[in-house]
Amino acid sequence: MIKKEMIAMLLAGGQGSRLGVLTQKVAKPAVAFGGKYRIIDFPLSNCINSGIDTVGVLTQYQPLRLNTHIGIGIPWDLDKNVGGVTVLPPYEKSTNSEWYTGTANAIFQNMAYMEMYNPEYVLILSGDHIYKMDYEVMLDYHKANKADVTIACMPVPMEEASRFGIMITDGNGKITDFEEKPEHPRSNLASMGIYIFSWKALKESLIALKDQPGCDFGKHILPYCKDKGMNLFAYEFNGYWKDVGTLGSYWEANMELIDIIPEFNLYEEFWKIYTKGDVIRPQYISGDAVVERSLISEGAEIYGEVRNSVIGAGVTIKPGAVVRDSIIMQGTVIGERTTVDKAIIAENVTVGSDVAIGVGEEAENVLKPNIYRDGLAVVGENAVIPSGVRIGKNTAITGVTTLEDYPGGELPGGGAIAEKDGE
Amino acid sequence: MRALGIILAGGNNNRMRELSNKRAIAAMPVGGSYRSIDFALSNMANSHIQRVAVLTQYNARSLNEHLSSSKWWDFGRKQGGLFLFTPTVTPDNSWWYRGTADAIYQNLTWLKQCHEPYVVIASGDGIYKIDYNKVLEYHIAKRADVTIVCTDCRDEDPTRFGVLKLNEDYRVVDFEEKPMVSDSQLISTGIYVIRRRQLIEMIERCAQEERSDFVKDILIRYKNLKRIYGYKMDTYWSNISTAESYYRTNMDFLKPEVREYFFGGDNPIYSKIDDLPPAKYNPGSSVKNSLIASGCIINGQVENSVLFKKVYVGNNCVIKNSIILNDVYLGDNAHIENCIVESRDTIRANSYHCGEDGIKIVIEKNERYVI
Repeated sequence: MIKKEMIAMLLAGGQGSRLGVLTQKVAKPAVAFGGKYRIIDFPLSNCINSGIDTVGVLTQYQPLRLNTHIGIGIPWDLDKNVGGVTVLPPYEKSTNSEWYTGTANAIFQNMAYMEMYNPEYVLILSGDHIYKMDYEVMLDYHKANKADVTIACMPVPMEEASRFGIMITDGNGKITDFEEKPEHPRSNLASMGIYIFSWKALKESLIALKDQPGCDFGKHILPYCKDKGMNLFAYEFNGYWKDVGTLGSYWEANMELIDIIPEFNLYEEFWKIYTKGDVIRPQYISGDAVVERSLISEGAEIYGEVRNSVIGAGVTIKPGAVVRDSIIMQGTVIGERTTVDKAIIAENVTVGSDVAIGVGEEAENVLKPNIYRDGLAVVGENAVIPSGVRIGKNTAITGVTTLEDYPGGELPGGGAIAEKDGE
Repeated sequence: MRALGIILAGGNNNRMRELSNKRAIAAMPVGGSYRSIDFALSNMANSHIQRVAVLTQYNARSLNEHLSSSKWWDFGRKQGGLFLFTPTVTPDNSWWYRGTADAIYQNLTWLKQCHEPYVVIASGDGIYKIDYNKVLEYHIAKRADVTIVCTDCRDEDPTRFGVLKLNEDYRVVDFEEKPMVSDSQLISTGIYVIRRRQLIEMIERCAQEERSDFVKDILIRYKNLKRIYGYKMDTYWSNISTAESYYRTNMDFLKPEVREYFFGGDNPIYSKIDDLPPAKYNPGSSVKNSLIASGCIINGQVENSVLFKKVYVGNNCVIKNSIILNDVYLGDNAHIENCIVESRDTIRANSYHCGEDGIKIVIEKNERYVI
């Protein structure tokens, strides 16, 4: 019989609605990051670098990009004879059929997948964090403590602790209590959403709570385990870890990569991040171009000016264009003399010439003020922006736009243009 | 597919100077993120050739490493595949490949077992794009025994190639290998199309006569006996087997039309994937008219140059008109002009290298402390 000591279940079904137009048509784990990567590359690379060669990827929301990216797992060496990567979408059953209603429910629905590998431990990951972590070290910790559940935790500043699930431990790392987004946190150990379960404990709790609507690890499974007197341990992680759940944090995490010695270093030899790259040709920097403090990916052609920015593969920055403090994703073209300031421009966008993006005063976004903020201008994938328009801060644009969408040639700060086909 | 591919990648050439000390020419890095053999291999893949043999013997480690998976060029793995044949000792043969024909002869069993009716033979040191199917159609239409793809050598010196003369029907009437002087500008690109059985017959006969070179002992000797035709290619073609032409070919990639020709369009050049992060430009960097491959970290000045993968350029460095091969570390204040810097070199801080008349090849094996 097949036997794997530990398998990983990677939750990649969430929309990540706080990323606004970036996740309108792709699941959050498939959103580009750091020029040539996608967010899911980080947990997948961590898995293979930690010696975990069996990974189930649970998908649900807009999975096309994710499916084509993962394929049979070749970029991560996860194309194995036994194990490897398996994409696990929700499926129809003879008696009941349901979507994945919660994180634990999704895992429960794939009990058969896990049983096939007869694991001793199951690692639960989410597909929306940027970090490098050796899960094997965490497993050693789990074994040494004879734990049933080990939760990776990170110390956060006390004033931010109320945004997280907080673990309260005794002196030895054993979890005595936990609270979800507490108003008055009793500890600063925040759960990172990474769990190692001993298979028996996981199976028992999933079956016990199978009728729980929206069954969730933080809300239901962990309290159940604690009530049953299982051993819960907190594994303290002190490396770089970033939740890129909001546009602001996503932008910031990208910008941190540009630092001279970035806290999160992609250039380390011993913990490579793998990805499926379609572009291999070198980038070209023209005689008139200016590039400073930026990351630029394969195949980009830079004729204009790029400062403090992260540029994806195959991007063209035309002569006279100026890009500052921005993220430009794969395949996008920035027209001549266009200026882009503090913007996130998704994949395969065409920006005309003489456009100004990210100008003027900040104003509250008319559509979703909680999402489009921090002065960012955000353009969704495959959008087209006509020549000559001005686009303000805290704005969002999707779809093919024409001059008529810009009264007076302008989308003022806080404005939004949604795609016309209503999608 | 009607043809299989054979790539002759054994060669070395002392006109490459020190550059070929550590690798076969076919493994020379080209165009920022490729190796020379990628062009022949990608042309084969894009011509839907599924079965390709690479024949090599000189310092094959780089090449071996590069070719370790047929995946990257999209060759078949069950129906076909990529084969790397180095000389092996058998009860009746303990020779190295004594020549191109001998290399094929030593792998004749494989060739006999294939079922494709035609063979495309190419060399690993040509930089070009071609649809071999077009050559094959021409070959069939001309009822040729052998078709040689040839090109006008433009500003190159024809005497380092095979020089051809064709009649008005494009049949080869004269063929000289590396002549002392030449009145023809038409040169062989080292790409041939031939029927598989015809090739086997010629190679066997050649071996019986103890001859070993495909050009001198087969093509030239058969030129009046067999129907040998020339197929004129008028698109970009360059051979990198001298240090000067290697330098020039890489510099050609700085021209927009050359980049567009190779990188644009539907038939891309494939290469092995290296999983390197994007290039990083730190404050103080200034890059003009240059090609930069992934994994580079740049702190200094780069002008009219090609930086291959994972090059580190220290503070206040000046790099001009140069080619820096893979994984080179340039210490602070280094000055490199008109040079080719060999891969994995470590150039100490404050070094000065300048090619005064012609290209200087820099090979410095210093210890590396940083990163």
